[in-house]
Formats: sequence, C-alpha cells, structure tokens
Amino acid sequence: MQQSLAMRTRLGVPLICAALMLLPAIVNASAWNNPYPRRDEGRNILYSAFAERPNHLDPARSYSTNESVFTGQIYEPPLQYHYLKRPYELVPLTAEEMPRATYYDAAGRRLPADADAAAIAHTVYEIRVRPGIRYQPHPALARDESGALRYARMSPEDLAEIFTLADFAATGTRELVAADYVHQIKRLAHPQLHSPILGVMRKYIVGLDALSATLEQALAQGAGDGFLDLERLDLAGARVVDRYRYRIEVNGKYPQMLYWLAMPFFAPVPPEADRFYAQPGMAARNLSLDWYPIGTGPYLLAVNNPNRQMVLARNPNFRGEPYPSAGQPEDAARGLLADAGRTMPFIDRAVYSLETEDIPYWNKFLQGYYDSSGVQSDSFDQAIRVSGGGDATLTDEMRAQGIRLLTAVATSVFYVGFNMLDAVVGGQAERARKLRHAIAIAVDYEEYISIFLNERGVPAQGPVPPGIFGHREGRLGINPYVYDWVDGGPRRKPIASAHRLLAEAGYPDGIDSRTGQPLSLYFDVTASGPDDKARLDWWRKQFRKLGIRLVVRNTLYNRFQEKMRKGTAQLFLWGWGADYPDPENFLFLLDGRNSKVGAGGVNAANYDDPEFNRLFDRMKHMDNGPARQQTIDAMIEIVQRDAPWLWGLHPKQFGLYHQWHSNTKPHQMANNTLKYQRVDADLRSRLRAQWNPPRLWPLWVGGLVLVGGLVPGAWSYWRKEHLAQP
Amino acid sequence: MTAYLVRRLLYAIPILIGVNLITFTLFFVVNTPDDMAHLHLGVKHVTPEAIVNWKRERGYDQPLVYNAGGEGIAKLTETILFNKSISLFAFRFGASDTGRDIGYDIRQRMWPSLAIALPTFLVGILVNITFAMLLAFFRATYIDVWGVVLCVIMMSISTLFYIIAGQYLIGKLWHLVPISGYDTGVDAIKFLVLPVLIGVVHGIGSGTRWYRTIFLEEINKDYVRTARAKGLSELRVLFRHVLQNALIPILTGAVVVIPSLFMGSLIMEAFFGIPGLGSYTINAINQQDFAVVRAMVFLGAVLYILGLIMTDIAYTLADPRVRFE
Repeated sequence: MQQSLAMRTRLGVPLICAALMLLPAIVNASAWNNPYPRRDEGRNILYSAFAERPNHLDPARSYSTNESVFTGQIYEPPLQYHYLKRPYELVPLTAEEMPRATYYDAAGRRLPADADAAAIAHTVYEIRVRPGIRYQPHPALARDESGALRYARMSPEDLAEIFTLADFAATGTRELVAADYVHQIKRLAHPQLHSPILGVMRKYIVGLDALSATLEQALAQGAGDGFLDLERLDLAGARVVDRYRYRIEVNGKYPQMLYWLAMPFFAPVPPEADRFYAQPGMAARNLSLDWYPIGTGPYLLAVNNPNRQMVLARNPNFRGEPYPSAGQPEDAARGLLADAGRTMPFIDRAVYSLETEDIPYWNKFLQGYYDSSGVQSDSFDQAIRVSGGGDATLTDEMRAQGIRLLTAVATSVFYVGFNMLDAVVGGQAERARKLRHAIAIAVDYEEYISIFLNERGVPAQGPVPPGIFGHREGRLGINPYVYDWVDGGPRRKPIASAHRLLAEAGYPDGIDSRTGQPLSLYFDVTASGPDDKARLDWWRKQFRKLGIRLVVRNTLYNRFQEKMRKGTAQLFLWGWGADYPDPENFLFLLDGRNSKVGAGGVNAANYDDPEFNRLFDRMKHMDNGPARQQTIDAMIEIVQRDAPWLWGLHPKQFGLYHQWHSNTKPHQMANNTLKYQRVDADLRSRLRAQWNPPRLWPLWVGGLVLVGGLVPGAWSYWRKEHLAQP
Repeated sequence: MTAYLVRRLLYAIPILIGVNLITFTLFFVVNTPDDMAHLHLGVKHVTPEAIVNWKRERGYDQPLVYNAGGEGIAKLTETILFNKSISLFAFRFGASDTGRDIGYDIRQRMWPSLAIALPTFLVGILVNITFAMLLAFFRATYIDVWGVVLCVIMMSISTLFYIIAGQYLIGKLWHLVPISGYDTGVDAIKFLVLPVLIGVVHGIGSGTRWYRTIFLEEINKDYVRTARAKGLSELRVLFRHVLQNALIPILTGAVVVIPSLFMGSLIMEAFFGIPGLGSYTINAINQQDFAVVRAMVFLGAVLYILGLIMTDIAYTLADPRVRFE
C-alpha cells in the first residue's frame, strides 16, 4: 500500500509539473476569454452586438434601427439601395426592374410622364416580381402528404410541447408571389399591428384609409376572434395583376413612394404566416410574426433570444445575388469591387450578443471578439487622434492592430427649435426674427462639436443634411445670417453682430427695452445623465454672451412630448433622421400644414410661411435636377431668413473595423448590408490567439499570497495557543 | 406554527395591497396611459387613432378605478386598477407593453439570475464568516485592526469600480475569462466566474464586519469563558460554540435575502450581459415598459415577505428557545 502510494507520488508529481508547464500552451490553443463556443472558432461568422433588444420584427411594425439590423437581412422589399453608389440610388431587389410611374387624371385618362403634378389624380406603379424566389424554411409553410398546410389547425394538445419555432418538426417553403406583397400592404392598415407608417400611407395609398376603418369596425365587433382575414378584403390601391405582378395606386403624384418600396414595410408576408400565428395558444407562447419573422432574404433568424443573443443564419433557399460591379471611383482602390459579380451572401452566420454597456463592448472589440465597433466618448481618445484641422485619424495603438476607420456624415439633423407660436421668440415680426438671428450667431456649434462630440459632427447650415439632394457645399451652402465666407471656409459672425441684432430687436445687452427687465428664455430638455449638466451649463453660457438668462426646464420625456403637442415650450431640442434620401423628408419638417400644434405633424417649431409652403408643394413632385435645386435653394433661403431653428448639427458617424472584416462601406439608408460583407475567419482566429494569451502569473501570485498569509496566521495561532499556556 | 404562518401570510396582504396601490398611482396616475402610448409608438408619424388603438389593445382605455358605465360588479372590475393591479395577486402578470408574456419571460430569466446570485451568496457567506472568524480570533491585534480598516475601505468602494476594475484586470489584461456574456449549461461557468468573484469581493467588507461584530458579542459571553476554562482550543471554541450560537443573527441577514436572489442584480447583470431578471427590470425601466416594472415590483415585494417568513422559521430551527408565539 505504502509502495503504491510512493509510486503514485513519484509519477504524479512530474505529471502535475508537466501539466502546469504545458498549461499555457494548451490554453493558447483557444483563448480562455473567448466568449464564443470553441466549435465556432475559424468559422465564417460575423460577430456583433446589440445594446437594446428589438421589440418588433414584424415588417409592418418595425421601424427602429436596432430592429432593422435583423429585419433588413430577412425581409426583401421590391427595391433596395445600391450599396456602393453615391448619391444614394434605388435598384431592384426582388423586382425585375425599377417600377415606372403611370399618371392618370381624375377622369381616369392616362397622362404623359411630364404631366403637371396638379393634373395628376392617381399614380400607378406596376411591380413585376422575379419568379423563382422562395421563402425560408418555416413551419407556417409546411404541408402534409395531402398538400394541406400541416400546422394550420393546431389544438391545445398539439401545442403542449411547443415553446419556440424550432420545436415544430416540419418546415416548408413556397415561391414568392405578388399576392404576398399585396397582403403586406393590407397589413399596414391592421389596427392591431399599429404600423407606424399608416398615418402617412393612408394619405397616399388609395383605399388604405377605408380599409383601416373597415378593419377597425370589424375588430370592434369581435370579428374572427381577433383574426382578421385580409385576403377577403379588397384594397383598391394594392391589387394583384397576375402571379408575379402587382400594382400600387397612390393619390396624386408621390415620387417618394419608390423610397418606401425599399423599406421592410413593403416586404412580402405570406398570408399562411398570419393564419399560423393567429391560432389560439400561439401568442401565449410568444409565437408571433413580431418575434419569428419569415422572409425571402439571404438570412433567417436562427436564434431569437433578445435577452442574450440573436443569430442570423444563411437562408438555404436564398437564390443568391451578385455583388455590385460598379461604385464610386475610389471604391476599386479600397478593395470594394474585388468581389464584383460574385454571389452573395459571403458570411454564413451573424451572431449578435446583448451588450448593454459600452466598456465591455469596446474591450471585446479590441480583443477581436467583435468585428466592428462605433467610437464612444469613453474610448475616443484611445482610438482617434484629431488633427488641428479637425481631421480624424487612428491612434498608433489602433493602427498596430490593423483597425480601419470609416466615417460618414449621418443623414440626420439635431437642432434647437424656436416655438413660432411663442410671444417672445416666435412669429414673423422683425423683432423676433432679429432675436433668433442674434441667438443663432451666439450659440457656437463649432465649440459644441469640439467639446462634446470630439469633432464628430458638422455644423448645419440649413435643414437638408449632406448626402441628400438639395444640400449645397461651399460658399453657396452657408447660412449668410450666421456665417461669413472667409479664407475659403465658413466663419461664424462675430458676437458683436449678435449684440447689434439683439439691440435692434429691442433687447440691448439682454434687457427688454419695453419693460427694463432682463430677458429670460425657457429651454425645455429631457436631460437625464450626469454628462447633461455640463451640456446645459454650456447652453446657459451661450445665451449669457448676449446677456440673456436661459432657464433650463428639465422635464420627463412624456411631459416634454406633451408640451410639444400643446405648443407650450419656448426653445427645445429636437432631431430628425431621414426615412429616405429625399429633401422632402427634411423640408416637410417646416411645412406649415404639418405643424405639431393643430395638425399633430412633425413640424415641431410650428413654422408656417405661405411662400415656403407653396414652394414645398412644387418641390416634392419634382425630379432631381437644376429646377428642383433652384426651388430648394429658394426654400432654404426663406427659412434661413426666418430662422425657426438654430440649425444645429449633422452628426458624423465613426466606425472601426478589424482587418479581417472587408467590403464595409457606411450606408445611411440601406439596412440590408450584411450580405455584402466578408470576414477572414482564419486571420481572425490567428490574431485572437495572438492578442489573448492567458496571463497565468496573477494566479500564481494569488496562490502565493494566500499561502504567504496562511503561514504567519498559523504561526500566530500556534504561538497564541501555546504561549498562552501557564 | 401553522397558525403563526397563516397569520403572517394574512399580514402580507395589506402590505402587498399598499405596494400595489403605490405602484398603480405612480404608473397610471402620474404617468398616464397616453404618455405610455406616445412613448411606445415613437414620435414619427404617430396619429391619434394609433394611440387610441394602442390603449384599447392593452386595456388602458378603461377608467382608472371606477367604471361608471359598467353594471354591477363591472363598475369595479372593468377598470385599469382591477385588471392591471388586482390580477397580480393571482400571479397573472399579463403581457408587456411590447406584447410579450411577462410570466414566460420571468420563468426564462430567473435562472441566469440565480446562476450568479446563488454562488455569490453561498461563497460570500463562507468567505465572510471565515474572515470574520479570523478577525475575531486575532481580536485586538494588528491583524484585527488592519483587517477592519481594509473592510471599511472595501465597503467604501462603489460596486461599479469593482466591476470595471475586475473586467479590466481579469478579462482585458490577463485574458483569464470573457469580459461579459452568457451561455447555458456548462459553458455558463466561464461567464459566471468573474461576476461571482466580483460579487463576493464586493461583499467582503460589509459582510466580514457584520459577522465579526456578532462573533465578538458572543465571544465575551459566559459559556465561552466556561468552554475555555474546560481547556478547549480557541478554534474549537470559535467553530463549535461561538458559530453555533451566532447563527440567529447570521440567519437574520442571510435567509431574508434568499428569495430575493431570484430577482437578480441590476448593475451586475447589465455590465456582464447576463439575461436575468435584474437586466429585465433595468430594460423595462429604460423602455418605460410599466407592465413589466409593475410585475417586478410586486414580485419583489412578495419575495421579500417570503424571506421574512422563512427567517422566522429558520429561527426556530437554529434556536429551540424561539417559539412561534
């Protein structure tokens, strides 16, 4: 027995020593801190994260960017944006070709393509869907031997063991047909779906308003136990022509309709899916189209656990699509045309992990566990170096890791609005206009962008952001009421100009000459974080330059919204992101008939100028070209003169990409960009292992400290026990 | 004992009604259903009809507490108070404002919360009692003094610091565990090491001081002097006699939190991307999903009361002199 023990000890000690010596080598093979399963190492997977769980994946409901990351890859509307070309250009996706508009007058007579917009009563778009496109495998389309839908009539017993979509034994597919597109357009009117675009579309799509009312009524009467069979209802503005063709009819002339056709709102939904999910017991299991989408796109939602991870996997039924072979002149040099003509998608899976905090996300990106990252304020200095001229470049640390930086100005605007209904700052009177101009000069947005955004923004000169038709660069593009053109660039007018304007407005040095009281203005904000204090102090300081006292009214978001609806705010912070790349989508923010007060629209400043409104009506129907540019110039000149907004800024987006992640080009409009991207999984695996060797010395040190602490403790105990004896 | 438990359970009812009324007032009177609808439907292209529909679908179009248009009992039952608050007593949490079944989500998310909270709790108790015993053993020596100083320092440091420092050192610099994330089954272990370690270390300061105080109080009692006089070693005195007699206050602090372990840790789960009930609550607050927040507040109150009752039961088990009277 003793001999055996001795032998075991003789063998065991060297074995343990050898294991300990080999441990670093063993663990190097797969990094300890790799958050993904070892089996996925070296696989063609893209790794990304989401900070906010998607709430809606139903194409009729989904509208936010954290949802379009998924819906954009699953659903296929008839059109899409060209990935590489700028300015943004629509191209067919499931459509055979770009739909052409046909115009009709009120009597139903066909009008020529150049007909006056006022004469056009209806516009018809006929869309031809490519044959042979198939849906992803889905139980809603599964059929039994007789050809009937297998899961169309499920009893509670059938559903007893069903908790997720993966629990269904069979899946099926079928070809995409025009009727699916028409079905989805009808779904936009469904009262239980709360489509965010129903308010807009009911004005344009013929009969959608009436359909919505019919459905409301049917629902109120308890028709169909909550399931409304849309196939039985007719919609004049969306009709099937034949198996592969359908027509959309809109009121008047509405060229922006084509942009809507590139959004998931107009993606097809098979009626079988609605029937499938409407069965009793499905909702109680969270089985709904809102959670388990069905599409024809390059990816399907393989794992839907928004509490932890969302996984997109290659749709086995996807037909394949060629990578674009044309782009901008610089795209070839950047390697963006290397895959021209090759069949997409390139990536097999995309894993999106829940990452609610910026710091872990950033650190995992640096370790190679995320393929791309934005740049947050906390990590800005570590990642980006800004030159004196404001140019952003990567730091040496980032370059050493082979990280690339791509920037793009967002097609959005963040502004401070003046409530034009307010007695002090609003109205078209010269006094109020001069006051607004004085404030516009005093509020130094260049400083704001430098201090709070690390130069990640461009001061706005008007409502139309760069990248949208109508935006002008250079001397012609500046706001002459706030900037001068000096040395080849815009320079904010001196503060003395603002003081002069303020005095002319009747507020010399910020004192109201009529009352002798200092001028106080009220700024409604929904500040919540600790960083906001510094921002609000900055705002107060800008107004103090003019002697104006800025009273910040920090309110809860809901109260703020209420103030905006009632028009009781004076100055407020607001923003708008483009739905589509058309100036109409920004200029309608100042259309008087679109005011928040009264009309419940998106014109938060309640600005109303008859000439602007007239030009807007003309501009929105025009094709892009010199005439449209001229009209937009005139409109912008009017609003620059009236200054209902401090024009604010257009944010600049910074994206960091690892060297193994290619075919990446920022796109402000498209949300189906995953199919274009590539990853070099082998390179990623090598670099991950190189960047993440486990450091074992802290474990040894920890062990030594523990042992080191035990020895004196034990000695003290021994002394205490033994020396205390009499 | 049965009578006592029944009595305690009956006491719980007015407490839960109070909690319910407070949350109802906060969520439906201060923040009206119109506000909720506006928030959930967003600011783009929202029509009044959409708001009416949204409220109707969720039953927020009913009167708050009294339905004058109803008949008989419907005057009370066809109200938001009855349907959204009273139903919680039957543990019918309903659907979240985004349409998800809350009960299902709670059942799914309590396990990751437990996976962190339970080991943190057990290891924490073990470590804290061990350290407290050590300090009590070396009482009035430099080890005790510096141990207490260290505890005070550790108590003074924010949880956030432990989390960020832990992620930085152990995850980022030493590459020993993933910085954040979660998985199921055995794969969950590598994600749990760091949050559990941080949870334990964070609790050492306060836990050790608390237990040390208890042990020092016990250590000066007559029975301890008697035990020493019998010639028992100090370790035997501490572990055999002092620890056993100190169990009541230890149980007070420990058992009461056991049910709450299901509720998870708000900050820890958010930073480590753990899909538990803590992050569920935080997300619901951020998204103003008051159906979820209401359910979690109610559940928290129920579990807290349950913890108190369990503590009482544990008293009798630890000390036969305590009776349910």
